[in-house]
Amino acid sequence: MSLLSLKNLTKTFGGLKAVDDVSFDVEEGSVMGLIGPNGAGKTTVFNLITGNYKPNSGQVVFDGKSIEGLLTHRIVSMGIGRTFQTIRLFQNLSVLENVLAGCHCRMKSGAFSSMFHTPAQKKEETAALEQSLKELEFVGLRQEAAQLSTSLSYGNQRLLEIARALATQPRLLILDEPAGGMNEQETEDLMELIRKMQERGLTILLIEHDMKLVMQACDELVVIEYGRKIAEGVPEEIKENPRVIEAYLGTEEGE
Amino acid sequence: MKNKRIIIYGILAVALFCSPFFLNRYWVDVLNSVGLYAILGLSLNLIVGDTGLFNLGHAAFYAVGAYTAAILNTTFHIPILWLLPVCGLTAGVFAVVIARPIIHLRGDYLCIVTIGIGEIVRIALINNVFGITGGANGIFGIARPELFGFQIRKPQEFFYLIWFFVAVTVFFFNRLEQSRFGRALNYLRDDEVAAEGSGINTAHYKLAAFALGAVWAGMVGDIFAAKMTIISPESFSFWESVLMFTLIILGGSGSIPGVLLGAFLVAGLPEVFRGFASFRMLLFGGAMVAMMIFRTQGILPPRARTFPIDTVADKTR
Repeated sequence: MSLLSLKNLTKTFGGLKAVDDVSFDVEEGSVMGLIGPNGAGKTTVFNLITGNYKPNSGQVVFDGKSIEGLLTHRIVSMGIGRTFQTIRLFQNLSVLENVLAGCHCRMKSGAFSSMFHTPAQKKEETAALEQSLKELEFVGLRQEAAQLSTSLSYGNQRLLEIARALATQPRLLILDEPAGGMNEQETEDLMELIRKMQERGLTILLIEHDMKLVMQACDELVVIEYGRKIAEGVPEEIKENPRVIEAYLGTEEGE
Repeated sequence: MKNKRIIIYGILAVALFCSPFFLNRYWVDVLNSVGLYAILGLSLNLIVGDTGLFNLGHAAFYAVGAYTAAILNTTFHIPILWLLPVCGLTAGVFAVVIARPIIHLRGDYLCIVTIGIGEIVRIALINNVFGITGGANGIFGIARPELFGFQIRKPQEFFYLIWFFVAVTVFFFNRLEQSRFGRALNYLRDDEVAAEGSGINTAHYKLAAFALGAVWAGMVGDIFAAKMTIISPESFSFWESVLMFTLIILGGSGSIPGVLLGAFLVAGLPEVFRGFASFRMLLFGGAMVAMMIFRTQGILPPRARTFPIDTVADKTR
């Protein structure tokens, strides 16, 4: 059974159909790429999955449960983590605190146990700290733990977002242009990181414009244009697909 | 560095503790009102400084607490200190009921609505709602607090009651800051979308910040009623909310030492400069403008949290 399936998802903004009857399945343990020209509606699809938008019609089924219309934090606690296209870190807080944000949904202590520092609360804090440091180690930012998040380089800020999403202990990780703003070496490292995350048993759904990364990292691709799905398949197929080439390069005039 | 800070705070605390022995009644009373503003400031700081929700109607929660104490004490003669949790509860419930429908408003919009709430409460009190608030005259004859059979009546005695409450508040709020709850408030101040996307129930925490801030303001209301023995709507004017807000911005938004300093500056300095009464507001305004230009974070901005990274590190490597 697939971990995530979108069924006839449609979202309109006023008269604009941003996502139009899109369906696809993401198999457990796979890396799926969502590609398409700028403005095709890729990020809108992500926002529909994570509950930032509610679809006009259609279904999002995660792990056998219908999740459309749930609040984002509920969806996160069910096991879908995400990063943002425009980096959204907590700018006044440290690298470590940013990752601790991800641990939040796996913790329980509230205002009262925090005020009294109960033994259970202390234990939970230590466990969260350990896990956060582990995730920072995993993405390679362990040394920067105490720094302010905005002091990191652009590429490292993207990695920090990934660490924060990993700290929510997701089963499905959604990455919105993870290589955006990264140089060639950083992109290489990112591909390695994606492979390592797949080894950890994570399922990954990503949007990316870097074709080299998409072709190498993804097991399967879905292409959308003007909110509609125009192709689906393994990278080799997609590369040869005339509809896709047309969407990216356009048709010659006079044809 | 950290030890130096603890020593400084320790010396200040001891100096404050001993001050009633050296000061006359008037100055002790000034310190009492500084203490009350400090607690009010700390409670509002949870909402404004930690969570980033602009609330310019905090006097409303303060008023609900004070009137709860006054009404229950004068009609049912319940000892005023026993009413402390009751006042916190009524103010907290009031805050939840009021804040629930408006909590999704952002920045200045929320600010305007909270100003409205503050004014509605004040005017309702003047208009003698349900015939129990005593109208513009307020309520008098509130009993003095008693502790273990000892009646608190002199400013020096109130000094220790109030500053004990300040100490308790600082202790608990400091722990709160160093916890999951406190961090969650900071996350949603910094970026609400990212906080929700990281699995934090932002609506819940906004409401929780409001409720907890109001509970504390309500309890201050109880102590205020006990100290004054008379309360009237003019004690809970818009100006009070502005002062609480100002002391946070001036001292350091989100910083406990900053808020305490702010309370001294806002409630204490005007008394020191009473000789220049007509210039007070001018100086005050000038200081605020200078702050906004040269030190936008406040005089004592919040310090970064520290975590025992090294002690945990051995286990994770």
